[in-house]
Amino acid sequence: MDILIYGVINSATLALMALGFTLVYGVSRLPNFAHGALYVLAGYICWLLLNRLGLPYILAIALALALVAVVGGAMYQLILVRIRGMSISEIIASYAIGLAILEGLRWGGLKGGTFTLPSFLDGSVDIAGVSVDFQRILVVVLGALLVGLLYFFVNHTRLGLALKGMAQDERAALTLGIDSDRMAVASMALGSLSAAVAALILLPLGSIVVEAGYHVLIMAVAVCIVGGLGSWTGAILAAFVIGFAQILTTAYLGAHFQVVVAILAIILTLILRPSGLFGKQKELEERV
Amino acid sequence: MAKAHESRRKERLDRGVKVRSDGVYAVASWREMAFLLGPRLLLIAGLLIMPLLLWPVPYWQKVLTIICIYSLLAIGFDFLAHYVGLVSLGGALYIGVGAYIAALLNTEMGLPLWATIPLATVLGGGVCTVLLWPCLPLRGVYFAIVSLMFPLLAARLIEAFDVFGGTDGVMGLDGFPNSWSEMYVLIICLLLALFALRRLVNEDVGLVFRGVKDNDQAVKASGINITTYKALGVFIASSLGCLGGACLAHIYMWAGISQFALDFSIIPIAATVVGGGGTLAGPVIGCLILVPISELLRDFGTLRIAVYALILMAFIVFKSEGLMSYGSRKYNQFEHWVEI
Repeated sequence: MDILIYGVINSATLALMALGFTLVYGVSRLPNFAHGALYVLAGYICWLLLNRLGLPYILAIALALALVAVVGGAMYQLILVRIRGMSISEIIASYAIGLAILEGLRWGGLKGGTFTLPSFLDGSVDIAGVSVDFQRILVVVLGALLVGLLYFFVNHTRLGLALKGMAQDERAALTLGIDSDRMAVASMALGSLSAAVAALILLPLGSIVVEAGYHVLIMAVAVCIVGGLGSWTGAILAAFVIGFAQILTTAYLGAHFQVVVAILAIILTLILRPSGLFGKQKELEERV
Repeated sequence: MAKAHESRRKERLDRGVKVRSDGVYAVASWREMAFLLGPRLLLIAGLLIMPLLLWPVPYWQKVLTIICIYSLLAIGFDFLAHYVGLVSLGGALYIGVGAYIAALLNTEMGLPLWATIPLATVLGGGVCTVLLWPCLPLRGVYFAIVSLMFPLLAARLIEAFDVFGGTDGVMGLDGFPNSWSEMYVLIICLLLALFALRRLVNEDVGLVFRGVKDNDQAVKASGINITTYKALGVFIASSLGCLGGACLAHIYMWAGISQFALDFSIIPIAATVVGGGGTLAGPVIGCLILVPISELLRDFGTLRIAVYALILMAFIVFKSEGLMSYGSRKYNQFEHWVEI
């Protein structure tokens, strides 16, 4: 029972971490390696607003979300747009941005003492004999809610449908008057927003540390690769596969193996089936 | 910029001396020979004299050895990325494997330093090639991501299984006899590797490598096994990295998990982008610029990583040709604006 409940929570955590990454890649084919940095940035901004400016928690959260979305959009508009389509340059440049943000934070902000955000709800509840605190339940609920919202957004709103169109066929979308670059900015803003949402839901469980940025990036990449880059259903399913695999290895082998599982999952998936569980097989683009 | 000069364009013409020294007739005149040899001799002599110039400041001599190690890694990356078409983001794997092999050969089997370094170079190249072999059919982003994961995995596995000294690493290696041998071994290895690779890419095998990069289907259709050639490319590049790693282990007299750290993956890439990809000499120049900058910023802790990440980003976005291509264009050609 332990394993089942913590497996679900862990899977929801992973899904939250990966959602933004898969969103951006799905729409604009941009591997956003600054994803983890945006996650930490959101937590730090929220902490600053809360503790330095003394804003109420709700306001701080809203402002942090908005700011990170703007940062993400600006990152595309100012920098990444110039190297659009050169996938290796995109990886290196976005990774460099992420590195600059993370190490800049380590130097200028996140040092000395621990940085924590208060949890939304205190207390815990017994589910089938396992005590689970409310914040963790909230992770699952909000994770499901976020996936539902994004699903609704993509399938039932104008902007969402435009994004979906871009993802499916960029040229056809262009002929229908959808501005490719503006959509990419929108997707980056949205992806950063969901990274920030994930951060603000997950960070109250622990403290804000720079290493979380790298951890989130690895996890997001693992989930997206295993699920198939750009595939939503795949990403959510992969979050559950990796989530449970991690809990099982932690239970039977030891906590050291958590990240090993994720990295091994990436390597094995790429070797055996680069398009992942649900990606469309594009044999010639992926391997020779 | 494009707006301001809409009715003009830049015309480039080869300099006379460049045209004259293209053929074998260059040997007929000292001026042409000097034109050809100048930049090459500048680099060789510069690197060879550097340790003597830095004699009063031993700290910077150390930095010079680090520059050489990063340069070895960077020319390996450049060769692999721009001549074989495999972008390997995991340079730390090579350094780590080389360091650990040298350390184990030295401490467990008691081999002396002059045997461990060559052995670690060859064995390490082999180990890395075997590890990366299953990933070789992957292309583009997929290979980049998988190669980025390998050093992370290696570090985590050593930590989790607590082998090879676990988090403490392997200690008690022999050091170099003195700092001069340390520097000159690395500088000579670097120069040899640089000029050998430049020669290699212009040989027949280099042609096949470039074929694999530009159009692997055509190479396959010619009855050439591309995986073999990719493996050969990986072997060459990873051997260079392992050589650097083995020297690093002997310099610090220690091999540990931090040799799988991100530094070793990101600085060579940054150096290649700054120096100019596909030029092989460019990455060395990039290292000569970036590593001292990062040393100067050492007092500011991790700010240095942020700074070279920003430099990398600026170059990749605004000056993606790199310094070496820019320099050789200025050296070889006249430029002037013409009205259209």
